[in-house]
Amino acid sequence: MSSAFVQMLQAVLLLLLAPLATGFVATCKARLQNRRGADVMQPWRNLRKLFGKEVVMAAHASWIFRTAPYVVFTATVMAASVGPALLVDTPLSLTADVIALVALLALARFFLALAGMDIGTAFGGMGASREMTFAALAEPAMLMSIFVLSLGAHSTNLTTMINHTLNSPFALHPSLAFAMVAMLMIAVAENGRIPIDNPGTHLELTMIHEAMILEYSGRHLALMEWAAMVKLMLFATLIADLFMPWGMTTDASLVGVAVAFALWIAKLAGLLLALAVIETSLAKLRLFEVPEYLSGAFVIAFLGLLSYYMLEVGA
Amino acid sequence: MSAALIQQLVDGLAALMLLTSFALLAQHRMLSVLNWFAAQGVLLAVTAAVVAYGTDNNELYISAVMTFLLKGLLLPWLLWRVIRELHVHREVEPLMNTTLTMLVALGVTLFAFHIIQPIEKISQLMTRDSMAIATACVLLGMLMMITRRKAITQVVGFLAVENSLFFAAIGSTNGMPLVVEIGIAFDVLIAALIFGLFFFQIRDTFDSLEVDAMNAHLIHGDDEE
Amino acid sequence: MMSALNLALSACGLALAAALAPSLVHRPDMQRTTLSLLLALTGLLAILAGMAGLLYGGGDIVLPLGLPWLPMHLRLDALASFFYLVIGALLLPVAIYSQGYLRGESHLTPLAIFLPLFVLGMLGILASDDAFTFMLFWELMSISSFFLVTFKHQHAENRKAGFIYILMAHMAGLLILGSFAVLYAASGSFEFSAMRQAEISPFWASVAFLLAGFGFGTKAGVVPLHGWLPEAHPVAPSNVSALMSGIMLKVAIFGFIRVVWDLMGPGDFQWWWGTLVLAAGSGSAVSGVLLALQQHDLKRLLAYHSIENIGIILIGLGLGMLLAHFGHPMLAALGLIAALYHTINHALFKGLLFMGAGAILHSTGSRDMESMGGLIHRMPWTAVFFLVACLSISALPPFNGFVSEWLTFQTALLAPQLGGALLTAIVPFSAAMLALAGALAAACFVKVFGVVFLGHARSEAAAHAHEVDNWMKLGMAIPAVLCLALGLLPVLFIPLMDAVPQSLLQVSLAGSVHAHGWLWLTPVTAAHSSYSAPIALAGMLVLGGLAFWLTHPKGTSIRRNVLWSCGNPHIHARMQYNATSFSQPLRRIFAPIYRPEVHAHSEHSRHKVLANQVLYVVHVADLGVKYIYQPIGRFTLFTAKLLQHEHQRGIHAYLAYTFITILFLLAVYI
Repeated sequence: MSSAFVQMLQAVLLLLLAPLATGFVATCKARLQNRRGADVMQPWRNLRKLFGKEVVMAAHASWIFRTAPYVVFTATVMAASVGPALLVDTPLSLTADVIALVALLALARFFLALAGMDIGTAFGGMGASREMTFAALAEPAMLMSIFVLSLGAHSTNLTTMINHTLNSPFALHPSLAFAMVAMLMIAVAENGRIPIDNPGTHLELTMIHEAMILEYSGRHLALMEWAAMVKLMLFATLIADLFMPWGMTTDASLVGVAVAFALWIAKLAGLLLALAVIETSLAKLRLFEVPEYLSGAFVIAFLGLLSYYMLEVGA
Repeated sequence: MSAALIQQLVDGLAALMLLTSFALLAQHRMLSVLNWFAAQGVLLAVTAAVVAYGTDNNELYISAVMTFLLKGLLLPWLLWRVIRELHVHREVEPLMNTTLTMLVALGVTLFAFHIIQPIEKISQLMTRDSMAIATACVLLGMLMMITRRKAITQVVGFLAVENSLFFAAIGSTNGMPLVVEIGIAFDVLIAALIFGLFFFQIRDTFDSLEVDAMNAHLIHGDDEE
Repeated sequence: MMSALNLALSACGLALAAALAPSLVHRPDMQRTTLSLLLALTGLLAILAGMAGLLYGGGDIVLPLGLPWLPMHLRLDALASFFYLVIGALLLPVAIYSQGYLRGESHLTPLAIFLPLFVLGMLGILASDDAFTFMLFWELMSISSFFLVTFKHQHAENRKAGFIYILMAHMAGLLILGSFAVLYAASGSFEFSAMRQAEISPFWASVAFLLAGFGFGTKAGVVPLHGWLPEAHPVAPSNVSALMSGIMLKVAIFGFIRVVWDLMGPGDFQWWWGTLVLAAGSGSAVSGVLLALQQHDLKRLLAYHSIENIGIILIGLGLGMLLAHFGHPMLAALGLIAALYHTINHALFKGLLFMGAGAILHSTGSRDMESMGGLIHRMPWTAVFFLVACLSISALPPFNGFVSEWLTFQTALLAPQLGGALLTAIVPFSAAMLALAGALAAACFVKVFGVVFLGHARSEAAAHAHEVDNWMKLGMAIPAVLCLALGLLPVLFIPLMDAVPQSLLQVSLAGSVHAHGWLWLTPVTAAHSSYSAPIALAGMLVLGGLAFWLTHPKGTSIRRNVLWSCGNPHIHARMQYNATSFSQPLRRIFAPIYRPEVHAHSEHSRHKVLANQVLYVVHVADLGVKYIYQPIGRFTLFTAKLLQHEHQRGIHAYLAYTFITILFLLAVYI
């Protein structure tokens, strides 16, 4: 198969499997809490229902409110499709720069916050204010993790980093362990999961992400929700790619891609199960304890950097 | 196991030691502090065992077992008893907020790294990489003593310093002679028992284990009598 | 084909002509048209001069003006050409904008004289090739900008702002003069060509560096020397603020690069120079944006953001200096290019932001964000241009702000382990601070755009605002288009700038930058880092189109209705978040740094719990001003009071002073 086809396949799979991933997390949480819970396919059904519904919009909402779902959705999907998931070297691999990826997610978040401000309610403003604040505090930690990861490969290109890990001998690197813990903490924060935000809350005062999309309906709401699901999938894939890339195929053969796909699903399942366990066992943090959590992630990432220089270089 | 793998294990354990030192500084609750301190003791025991395996030094095995029993189990249990008996308020009260403490801790670690660099270059030992980390942990334990209000947490800081010194000893001299190690271990045990006795006495006299309260009493104590 | 130098000289000549024009033209609207036209032509000539200088090389000339033994040396080299391009790129749109903005001003003469003189000063500084000419044009720039800042001198706070401005500008000028004095002592001549060749001892090089750093840093607005910026920029007319923030700060950066990188040279860099610049840059970036977040005066907020962006430029320069010292000229060139790219980016988007603020001020009569809202419905075009500027300054793809920040990150991430623990850690730490500043800037601009343009109007003036006229729209459209162009096609612009690192560091980046064709920006090698804005944009447009087409079944339209708001239909404009409430989480998180003063007063009718009205006023003072400037001010007044007593002694005291001085001179010189 040609590598261009595999690249498109990766993107389409990521898009289609994202709701299933969210459903899987919800089902695991339910089982852990001794409930039956909804079926894994429920988010799919929700999206289908929403796409069929009529859109009702506030009278004074501007074009920002109308176009924000499209911008958010396309920026997130664009970010998700450039990164490698199955095949390491894709035609667009030169675009797979981690910083550019983070910036595309920042673009999505900017428009999401603007949509929250556009409706002119207190909820929207509250969600926008909190989201932008916590995203800003999460940036240094994210950058520091990326920095630690790029030290070995001397690059921020995802393909180069994955190739570097695949080609160097297996060794225990404390710096990568620290970077992974920091990245996991940031991923939980960015996706609005417990202990930062509760995706299932109905209390407006505890919402962050939900508060910004409160006024959306119909296909707009479907696009926003789907974008959030793709973001979760993106972070899980990124962590699996960067820290556990074994199994990814370097050629576009059918067997290679099939094996890579199976391993990808397995890694994602493991990460999502871990997320479900974390969400079940921790309580949501008080809002003003979140900066402590985020600075803790920064400190751990910085420790990764220090342990790289202290332990792994100059030995 | 190959020498390279042992080296990596020791490096990994050193990194975890550093993490526990940071974690001790970040905790809000007394019981978590004790848990992390116990974890630090266990890490030390494991490190001693690994170095013993790598250098074929049987005395270090005994050291490892003693460390596990004393620092991993006995000392945390003693401190927990003190907390329970004296009904110490379960929250750690730091002098400055957590984020600032963390940043200062990072700066201190960087300083330790900077100081130890010339020494690392001339050492030949397997564990030389961890000397910078050991120094950093010592300094972080001292930082813990400085930035805490409660006497119990200051004691834990002191014990953490002792842990890091032990770690440094393993790192720079392949473990101290067994006699010295046993002597130090008993000293620490006695110190912990005496601290425990003192805490009861202090609590009876001052009705509180806050350092500031004791200070205030000293200043105003003459007026009261 | 005129040479680059002739183009530059014509630009200066036109500016001078524009300054002299008010003696011939007296009616305000004729003055306005003449001013705008001549300045626009100056801008155009400056752009052409810059491009010609970068592509074909410059030249030099000696004019028989000035002192008898020191004629005026002028030279247009690569660095000066680049900055000519920066000046022209903003001057042209601002001049067009002024045609609309200044309509209705009755007393334009001071503006018509001093604005061209200001421009002439800046153009002259760029072209100077000896210290005397440099200082001459520098003072011209400072003094004419003082008159521009105090254009509306009827208000007391404008005069106060002008006073602080001229005080700090003079202090900066003295420090710069000091650094030129050191270089003169080392080389024996005022000419720059002699200073370049001269040998200078490390001690005196450091002295010159510190003097130049503090001098140019004051004029650029580096924390803690920034006290004048948030006062002066808001009170000046908006087109002047755009020029001051967009260009004048850059001229200060130019001065710094000229003195430190060009006259002293990378061979003289010491390790702590780069570290100091890097630390100053990171500190300015983070504190600038933190203070910007707490402002609700639109132009003051933009002024603080200028401080932040100057910090970002300094981060690039500091990284370049560190890397040059440790012998990595290619990466140092990358740092320099990142800083220069951010310079032109900032000129464009900050100029656009100030022009937008001017448009809003023109329409609503206010600079206070708390009384705006819903302007996107009343001023749709301004909103679009302002949004482009907000996206650019928040470093979001596919606009230009992201490219320069990406290049700065690449410089930091590709930097090899520099000697010592401190340096090894400071580079990633600065990169993390840059990330923090960038993300906080995005938060701030969500606040600005959201509070000003979105939601409901919070005052009558905002509800009845009108869109601005075509001149102002055109003036704003040009930088908006350029922002997009610079964001999509960095691969074309960086080779244009390549002459600058070639002349300063003797390395060229052009080869590696477009090694993979015009689509991909690959600064060092493709394996290390690459970015393609056109592909990202194209991908998003395709996906967006697909999403739109697939989700729109035939014949459905959107139904408009009342706001849902969780079932509560009674929404009042005051229930929205405004600027103060948006930044409340950050105010609380960073309270130890801000130390906000809160005055809350509530009126109750019958019971303590039921309040009729609550007044909440929070004031965040600029800490630099509170803890550095005010103590210095108090100390100065204190010593002045002490010396005042000396004035009141009689003639005996003065005779005694004279006598002691004579004794001292006799003792020392004989």
